[in-house]
Amino acid sequence: MGTQKFQAGVKEYRERYWDPNYTPKDSDILAVFKVVPQPGVPREEAAAAVCAESSTATWTTVWTDLLTDLDYYQGRAYAIEDVPGDDEAFYAFIAYPMGLFEEGSVVNVFTSLVGNVFGFKAVRALRLEDGRFPLWFVATCDGPPHGIQVERDKLDKYGRPLLGCTIKPKLGLSAKNYGRAIYECLRGGLDFTKDDENVNSQPFMRWRDRFLFAMEAITKAEAETGERKGHYLNVTAPNVEEMYKRAEFAKEIGAPIIMSDYLTLGWAAHSSLSRWCRDNGLLLHVHRAMHAVIDRNPRHGINFRVLAKLLRLLGGDHLHSGTVVGKLEGDREATLGWISLMRDRYIKEDRSRGIFFDQDWGQMPGVFPVASGGIHVWHMPALVSIFGDDAVLQFGGGTIGHPWGNAAGATANRVALEACVKARNEGRDILKEGKEILTEAAKSCPELKMAMETWKEIKFEFETVDKLDVAHR
Amino acid sequence: MSEMNDYPSRIKDPASRRLGTFSYLPELTEEEVRKQIQYIIDQGWDCAIEHTEPEFARLHYWYLWKLPMFGETDVDRIMDEIEACKKANPGHHVRLIGYNKYKQTQGVSFVVHRGEIPAESTTETWLHLKTKAPDWVLR
Repeated sequence: MGTQKFQAGVKEYRERYWDPNYTPKDSDILAVFKVVPQPGVPREEAAAAVCAESSTATWTTVWTDLLTDLDYYQGRAYAIEDVPGDDEAFYAFIAYPMGLFEEGSVVNVFTSLVGNVFGFKAVRALRLEDGRFPLWFVATCDGPPHGIQVERDKLDKYGRPLLGCTIKPKLGLSAKNYGRAIYECLRGGLDFTKDDENVNSQPFMRWRDRFLFAMEAITKAEAETGERKGHYLNVTAPNVEEMYKRAEFAKEIGAPIIMSDYLTLGWAAHSSLSRWCRDNGLLLHVHRAMHAVIDRNPRHGINFRVLAKLLRLLGGDHLHSGTVVGKLEGDREATLGWISLMRDRYIKEDRSRGIFFDQDWGQMPGVFPVASGGIHVWHMPALVSIFGDDAVLQFGGGTIGHPWGNAAGATANRVALEACVKARNEGRDILKEGKEILTEAAKSCPELKMAMETWKEIKFEFETVDKLDVAHR
Repeated sequence: MSEMNDYPSRIKDPASRRLGTFSYLPELTEEEVRKQIQYIIDQGWDCAIEHTEPEFARLHYWYLWKLPMFGETDVDRIMDEIEACKKANPGHHVRLIGYNKYKQTQGVSFVVHRGEIPAESTTETWLHLKTKAPDWVLR
């Protein structure tokens, strides 16, 4: 219906892309950005500009706009809100129609949502705070290769968080000495050990040697304890051919779990690996190196809750989530929010936890959050209370730093964990009674007693940099 | 330097074999087992009992004692069934399970009675090594 004439030139974005009367459809992908506009740019214009640049527009009108149904394809900025505690920034809510995106492609969605728009001059800073993925999109993504329930069934471990330890020092051990450290942790009572993220295949320890020694450590620890064990064999590699080669070898020697770093490996490669894991029955542990580059600045980048959601869509059985209590960054309520987004089936909007949209995951399985970084036995009551059962509590120094070695450190971790879970099930308040519960358990466990003495003074109490947005008090 | 303890676990020592959640704590007393059963009931989960010869504890499937006790909320009756299972299967490990049907998995699973693990069951251990470990481990 040739009702429009082509007029060359630059138009104000808000004429087309600001639509406060729009009601988002169930099929729309929704996003909320925190926008700091350039001085003098009105909020509606800045919101519309972000919307336009992340959907259909370019900087000027083009005649080819008239060859398509832009009214359908355009994004719509449909709401603006103040950011509590920040007078310059505001939240812009944007709806994108389903036809803009390739089914099952996280890569495609984010190339639009966090593409050129982040370098756009009309805004001084821009942060993607949350996104809502409609069921049609969720259902076209692979999701976790196994998910929490299947992992528990495979490992035969129920009713408690799982325990892991990252082998330290992170770089420089020979493969055989590294396998020794793994063996000691596993025989002492941990479920998993982990390659550090930057352990790939360096000259001091080539990947194949590491895989073989790790597998012998797992096998002997299983024989000794009668329990199932695993070591996250890091298959993050310089290219996908090498990645698959390492994954195939892990499968060949009977390894139950491998790991990747989804941000540095790349989303497409990671997604392929996840699909491979489902096809081949290996669990997939996912590390998040580089996330703080993207998610730590409160005004620019992508909030971790979005990175967590997109990992669930890409696929992974474990994902590092922050600990709340350890040495690494993590606001408590915000962390609780993205833990829910990783594990639960339906998450309601809840601004007190930084969740801006209802998110329905349909039948997609959940991901184990991994609490890792600077944690030890004294943190156990808080960790069990914060994370509940469906989490991996991942120690490092908190196991290997035990004065009697890794096995003793592992036993201390395991006994502390089981004592806290048992007490919680008995109806005790483990946060208030944490000290008594651990002290009581240590009576029959000298390893725990020693651990408690070693770490009693360690605390990590710095202010969190990326906090939830709250009003000035 | 303070006194250092050796870690005593050995393949040839049956006492080194662990049995899942709570197996690193001292054996639960009857009163403690009752509290865990109450927890399962309070979650709205269903109790079930499984048992096995200690030699085959590693397998996913133990023998299921009767059927899961769907809808049973009486701790005494569940304790009675544990006793009945123990009596009918002397020498077996016995574990209690809380089925969480909403998550389609077990919310709780722990051993309430540990059978005696025969010293020869290191044979089972080596069987496990042989079937699971790649050739190069045993070569």
